[in-house]
Amino acid sequence: MHLLEPRANPSHLMRWSGPPIAILLTLLAAAALFAALGKPPLQAFYVFFIEPLETSNGWSELALKASPLVLIAQGLALGFRARIYNIGAEGQLLMGAVFASGVAIYTEGMEGVWILPLMVLAGALGGALWGAVPAWLKTHFNAEETLTTLMLTYVATYLLSYLVSGPWRDPGGTNFPQSILFGESAMFIPLFEGLRLNSSIFITLLAVPVFWLFVARSFRAYQLTVGGLAPAAARYAGFSGRAAIWMSLVISGLTAGLAGAMEAAGPVGQLTLSLSPGYGYAAIIVAWVGRLHPVGILLSGLLMALIYIGGEAAQVSMQLPSAISWLFQGMLLFFLLGVDVFVDYRFRRRRDKRLMVREEAGA
Amino acid sequence: MMIDSLVPILAGTLAAATPLIFAGLGELVAEKSGVINLGVEGMMLIGAVAGFAAALSWGTSAGLLFGAFAGALAALPFAFLTLSLGANQSASGLATTIFGIGLSAFIGQFYVSHALPGMKALAIPGLAHIPLLGPVLFNQPPVVYLAFVIYGALAWMLARTRWGLVLRAVGESPEAAHAIGYPVLAIRYGAVCFGGAMAGLGGAYLSTIYTPLWVENMVAGRGWIAVALVVFAAWKPTRLMFGACLFGGMTILQLQAQGFGLAVPSQLLSAVPYLATILVLMAISRDRKKLQLNLPASLGKPFVPGE
Repeated sequence: MHLLEPRANPSHLMRWSGPPIAILLTLLAAAALFAALGKPPLQAFYVFFIEPLETSNGWSELALKASPLVLIAQGLALGFRARIYNIGAEGQLLMGAVFASGVAIYTEGMEGVWILPLMVLAGALGGALWGAVPAWLKTHFNAEETLTTLMLTYVATYLLSYLVSGPWRDPGGTNFPQSILFGESAMFIPLFEGLRLNSSIFITLLAVPVFWLFVARSFRAYQLTVGGLAPAAARYAGFSGRAAIWMSLVISGLTAGLAGAMEAAGPVGQLTLSLSPGYGYAAIIVAWVGRLHPVGILLSGLLMALIYIGGEAAQVSMQLPSAISWLFQGMLLFFLLGVDVFVDYRFRRRRDKRLMVREEAGA
Repeated sequence: MMIDSLVPILAGTLAAATPLIFAGLGELVAEKSGVINLGVEGMMLIGAVAGFAAALSWGTSAGLLFGAFAGALAALPFAFLTLSLGANQSASGLATTIFGIGLSAFIGQFYVSHALPGMKALAIPGLAHIPLLGPVLFNQPPVVYLAFVIYGALAWMLARTRWGLVLRAVGESPEAAHAIGYPVLAIRYGAVCFGGAMAGLGGAYLSTIYTPLWVENMVAGRGWIAVALVVFAAWKPTRLMFGACLFGGMTILQLQAQGFGLAVPSQLLSAVPYLATILVLMAISRDRKKLQLNLPASLGKPFVPGE
């Protein structure tokens, strides 16, 4: 079991080739899975990864799905740098959607350009609040954020379920647990005729450079990174651990909340139970695969969106269950974590005996 | 007559606590060896679907056994990554959970809308007739007794045997245990796989006896609650049993409240166990020194022999 030995210096080659290698390994595992299911792997790959991109609608869907993933992952990556593991972005997304939908529901029948911005603000606020709770629990009660953020996700799910089956249920609709359909003033505008891609994409496109500037240029982000890499050094330098906790959780909650508002006022157009296909969880993987780097996250977000779309396509044309995208996501993270070890370690080599003698003589 | 109405509540509490006892005790052993596995939810799901599939063909007992086996298998990728390769334990556990959600839903598609007979209660002669305690404690499916047997064996093993001592030594100071000549990684492999087997058993109990149906994502956060329970229990088996029963009771009480038609909406009542977990974490983590005292010293830190 003594497989590894430390490298003298971290390998830059492995650091940057890690994600592509992990993706390749996931594809190989996927091919094996398809073959085992009796589906020709090449045809499955075609359905999964190529066919969706042959139409303009496919590209629109890709951008539509990548947008929330990238936005949430930008926020999460900030905390991950400081080793603050917010794994409840799904709940923060739902709360963002709830807050934004609240605005849309209470302004029903009204018109005005102020409604949509107000919804976006409310969504950001909802998510940030849902992220602030675990921050408070961590700074005041030392409660593990991994567990509290996740528990709050379940609470958010039940709260959403209560709202759409109770006070916010569409009075004119069927008995389904869903709200009214939002009015035109409460929706993002489609960018192209007949496609679902909407103007909310600009929020994500703005967020990428903002996060890049923040991470690359600001002292605050530097403090976060130091706190994650060398907690003792960070304390010695007087960087506040509490500030890092608050900042990481509130900002990642805020981006998740924004994504929730974008979903509710975008492709979904109302508040429903099935508002998010697990974007909050997938974004965790997007952040890791993107190396916690704003540009890397953009690329990995597009890849993850493709996995989602491919999963839907495979469901329709090959009768594979949509759960297959979760399976691929888990494998991708497994492979990445495995490959990543080789940034700092390498396989223990059988050493040449003469070399060892020479080394001993030298010592 | 008051006592008679208490029986179903208390018996239900024990039934609801059983999966938490299994999964919690398994995670406790893994953490005692210094490894925190956040994949409990995923391993429970894999155990649930594998157990359900096996139970359909070979009966409930085989289902439980198979669920435990599948859970142990599901722990292997995590064990390889974190132990042989020294990868980040939190992230690897999360990967296990995500993978488990996907794999179980994938396999489970073939088993939706099948039903199982469950497992009949086994009344223990004599004891089952004690008023109140009898029907609550001694008229349960055999697997509930198994949970108590495993608890007893583990509590004894951890506190009184050489095996327990070695396990704790590996968790407190892997360097020292390695220097004395104990195979740290092999012991951790064993502890993590035991944790997986217990999570799988808990999951299989849910799908073959408690529900007994396969529903996608049916573990519904119990794996995460089990992880929280280990913290709440301060890594002590007896406190873990107490905590599991507390949560089992909470689940049953909110169901009862829904049944009585309480004015509180059912969805808000359903959120109670999760809120309670947060409250419990607040109460228990607040005293950092006390937490540090019980925490296995090497928890979460990778160990590379000879470094």
